Amino acid sequence: MAKDSKILVKLFKATFTLSAFTFGGGYVIVPLMRKRFVEDNRWIGEDEMLDIVAIAQSAPGVIAVNTGLLAGYRIAGVAGAFVATLATVLPPLIIISAIAMFYAAFIGNAAVSAVMKAMQAGVAAVIIDAVIKMGRSTVKGKDFKDAAIMAGCFALSYFLSINVVAIILSCAVLGAVNALIRAKKAGGRNDIP
Amino acid sequence: MIYLELFWSFFQVGLFSFGGGYAALPLIKARIVDMHGWLTLAEFTDVVTISQMTPGPIGINAATFVGARIAGISGSIAATAGCVAPSFIVVLTLAYLYNKYNKLEIIQIVLKWLRPAIVGLIAAAGLAIMLQAFLKDTATLYGLWNIDIFSVVLFAAGFLVLAKWKTSPVYIMLGSGLAGLIAYLIQLV
Repeated sequence: MAKDSKILVKLFKATFTLSAFTFGGGYVIVPLMRKRFVEDNRWIGEDEMLDIVAIAQSAPGVIAVNTGLLAGYRIAGVAGAFVATLATVLPPLIIISAIAMFYAAFIGNAAVSAVMKAMQAGVAAVIIDAVIKMGRSTVKGKDFKDAAIMAGCFALSYFLSINVVAIILSCAVLGAVNALIRAKKAGGRNDIP
Repeated sequence: MIYLELFWSFFQVGLFSFGGGYAALPLIKARIVDMHGWLTLAEFTDVVTISQMTPGPIGINAATFVGARIAGISGSIAATAGCVAPSFIVVLTLAYLYNKYNKLEIIQIVLKWLRPAIVGLIAAAGLAIMLQAFLKDTATLYGLWNIDIFSVVLFAAGFLVLAKWKTSPVYIMLGSGLAGLIAYLIQLV
């Protein structure tokens, strides 16, 4: 039990820090979480991390919360999911509550926007670095299909601005069809005595 | 009761926003500006701006901001709880199903298709963020004069540090924020 609560405390601290630095949308939490949970702590495998993001994306709700919740669940069950959700929600809750009280001063502040603009460059470096690492490990095999899926989804989302959920669901359907065809082929082979 | 109303409104936002981030904006606006009049359109635009400047998902930020303005800290807690409650139910169910069925061959193959897809989608988001950081004016897209050299240098420095050493990304963000502050102060003098 002592060990369990130790993990929960660790999980809370890690997720709280991640959430406090998730500038610019749900995807930014992915490289941060990957670095912490996959590379540093080895709590989650590389493939599993991508599965978590896929589920988080296709479920309703806030992506950062969904991702944190799933990672927490994977690491420490329902208690982990609860702790991770709380830790993800707390930083914005604290920051925005404070800002809500004197937000006019905050928005007009030139120093604040200079810092935020510079941080955006840092965020971009972090996310591109993670994309390269994840991309490498995804297409490490000689499977041309993986690279094609990756490039195709990138183009659909970036150039055609197609809804992310639609892209994910279509890929899932294609994968299922692919699986059925394979199963049928295997079944056909079994027919031959 | 106002807390219940806040909880329920953001429960619906949480339940029906798919795809996250800006996809949820119209949904949030419909509820808090059009339906309840909790915020004016100008205030709502400010929430979006604040969300871009501060950490945290826009859904949570909007919930907190609206809750705080309507009913103080307890209001922001009620609204935020409403926003994450549906995730808790739906996502935990999905996680349970994943754990139960991910050894099935068909699920294995579907997941194999999804992994590169997710990397591609994150790449698209990353590129969009990178361009936004590099451009001085995001409305007029391209052109050399529109490139913020300082941001490009910060990006390159951050990227090199990440590639060479196993630095925590948090330090990269803090470092670039600090550099931005210093550059701003120098420019003032």
